Amino acid sequence: MTDTDDKALLKQLRVEQPRFQGIVSGHRACLGCGEALATRLVVEACGPDIMIANATGCLEIFTTPWPESAWRVPWLHSLFENTGAIAAGMEAALKAQGKSTKVLAFAGDGGTFDIGFQALSGMLERGHDVLYVCFDNEAYMNTGIQRSGSTPHAAMTTTSPPGKVRMGKRHLKKDIISIVAAHHIPYAATASVAYPSDIRQKVRRAMAIEGPTFLVIHSPCPLGWGHDGSLSIEVARLAVTSGLMPLIELERGELTGAMPIRTPHPVSDYLKLQKRFAHLFADDPKAREELVHLQALADYNIEKFALHSLGDDPQDTDGADTVTRGGMRYA
Amino acid sequence: MPQALEGSQAIARTVALCRPQVVAAYPITPQTHIVENIAKLVADGKLDCEYVSVESEFSAASVVLGAAAAGSRAYTASASQGILLMSEVLYNIAGMRIPMVMTCANRAISAPLSIWNDQQDSMSVRDAGWIQLYCADNQEAVDTTIQAYRIAERTELPVMVCVDGFTLTHTLEPIELPGQDEVDSFLPPYAFARALDPARPLSMGTLVSPDHYPEARHSHHHALLKAQQEIIDADLDWAGVSGRGYGGLLRIDGGDTAEIGILTLGSVMGTLRDARSEHPGRDAVKLIQLRSFRPFPIEALQQACQGLKHLVVLERALSPGAGGIVGSEVRAAMSELRDAPMIHNYAIGLGGRDVPLDLYQTVLDMVASGGINRFSILDADLEKLPPEDR
Repeated sequence: MTDTDDKALLKQLRVEQPRFQGIVSGHRACLGCGEALATRLVVEACGPDIMIANATGCLEIFTTPWPESAWRVPWLHSLFENTGAIAAGMEAALKAQGKSTKVLAFAGDGGTFDIGFQALSGMLERGHDVLYVCFDNEAYMNTGIQRSGSTPHAAMTTTSPPGKVRMGKRHLKKDIISIVAAHHIPYAATASVAYPSDIRQKVRRAMAIEGPTFLVIHSPCPLGWGHDGSLSIEVARLAVTSGLMPLIELERGELTGAMPIRTPHPVSDYLKLQKRFAHLFADDPKAREELVHLQALADYNIEKFALHSLGDDPQDTDGADTVTRGGMRYA
Repeated sequence: MPQALEGSQAIARTVALCRPQVVAAYPITPQTHIVENIAKLVADGKLDCEYVSVESEFSAASVVLGAAAAGSRAYTASASQGILLMSEVLYNIAGMRIPMVMTCANRAISAPLSIWNDQQDSMSVRDAGWIQLYCADNQEAVDTTIQAYRIAERTELPVMVCVDGFTLTHTLEPIELPGQDEVDSFLPPYAFARALDPARPLSMGTLVSPDHYPEARHSHHHALLKAQQEIIDADLDWAGVSGRGYGGLLRIDGGDTAEIGILTLGSVMGTLRDARSEHPGRDAVKLIQLRSFRPFPIEALQQACQGLKHLVVLERALSPGAGGIVGSEVRAAMSELRDAPMIHNYAIGLGGRDVPLDLYQTVLDMVASGGINRFSILDADLEKLPPEDR
């Protein structure tokens, strides 16, 4: 057998080997749901020896309409605002029983940035061995697109509508990753559903660490953001390549990694694909002012995290692509 | 051999005898001595468990929910504002049918702010779907805590053991603490059939549509009704081990010849017992201690009240704008009797107002004076109020 045969066999085996799926098809997420895809990627990367505490939200609703469930791992939904504490309790129980099953907490941005913030902070402070994953779609989507602490500045939601005197959300998106990192936990990172192999890498890193770890995954919501379901990945990628959503890693509160951007896109490329920003493209000086403001926020990120790469980094936003780095089967 | 122990210390040591694997708590007066004592037992290596000092009562209840669901025996304790803060979780625990035990060190609810005892806190969560057991003294609190774990784990329902704050929690009494072997013989290791386990993945806390919701509620309601037998059995079986029993759902002092009944729950019963024992006309009075408020033992109450002409219901809470909480429920239960007693309903001892021994004579005098009292706050001194508020 030659080397080439070996490689071919290995490739065939990889393709044929069924991947572990902790969340299976048949659930009721919308077409193009970023959260559903991100969840699948995270659970796949974790493997079966996990236990999930899930906050109230779309993910809980679309996966578990009684008596059906899309989950193939132990999963518990309690309430909206206590996911960090539920996960902490599970972890304490498993520790008391001498088991090594890893506990995960899943919540949206409402359940993380806003109502579940205190329970999350307590869990991080007490050092529970939990991987907390926030699926960030930047508003309360489950209740019909209301503004959250994560909604970007100037975005339209049903509770931050643009009008004669307002240009969408008046406040800035909460800097959750800095707040989490300020707990000096071993590992905190941002990720995007547009970069699946990056998600897998970050999940595996977090899984290998004993102690609290945190991952926030930028996950488009076609319904809430107002774009076609087929554009979810493109929209998510533009959020990263514009600099609005920097993909960074922090260890014990210190920045240790950032995905470089090979070709920074203007934020308007990202914004114009989404109806929630449509009012910013009206012939209105206030709209123009907000566009300048959002571009400045992106430029600030690019400068702060030194994101603009020289183009030779295989891990940058063009290099770390889904297709060239394995996609579905090679994680 | 009885020891002089503060109620909280006795409860803490009893909890340790029940071998909880996860304890989570947030401090609130008058519960603090319980959780401080447990923390010390853990620190001294006398109790091997995960002690999670959380950042709120909301998280305390959530941690024990997660822990019990993940297969560990769990314990928490709270009071007053803490019970209200965790109330959303309390409903959730019960609705998911997760067995656990908590102590409620009963305290009044703000505003006005009061750190002292009444039972407005546990009464405010009476519909959460928990079993609620009320203790008359600290020995009963000890024995009820042990019974509570067996009841919880056999019925897959959470149990709240209600102990009057300060009156019991901060009072030294001679207490017989059981031995570890006695508790172990009564209480098998925690085994929860629906515990989360990667080898048998379950989804808990799912979305339930109108197609299934009423059935879930029916099942929960009937689980509580059926729990009456478990409460009786646990009390009998524990009496077999310890020699101490409390009558199961109700404890009755006095015989069938009595024409006046006084019903209450919690530590007021201790005061009434002392008063009755020294009273010349004691055979005319029957004392009924409501141990189990949830499930509400309608049949047992009806039986206990057969032949009574008057029933005085004393309680340490109220539903403003309606009146007595326990009184209303007792009145409803009595309405099915052919010769129902007249019900006199009073709130007493609210916000820690002292409940003196002469309460006994006072209520007997009120009954003797004729008329009927639907509801009033017996010890409220209206002279302290401006005329328009009286």
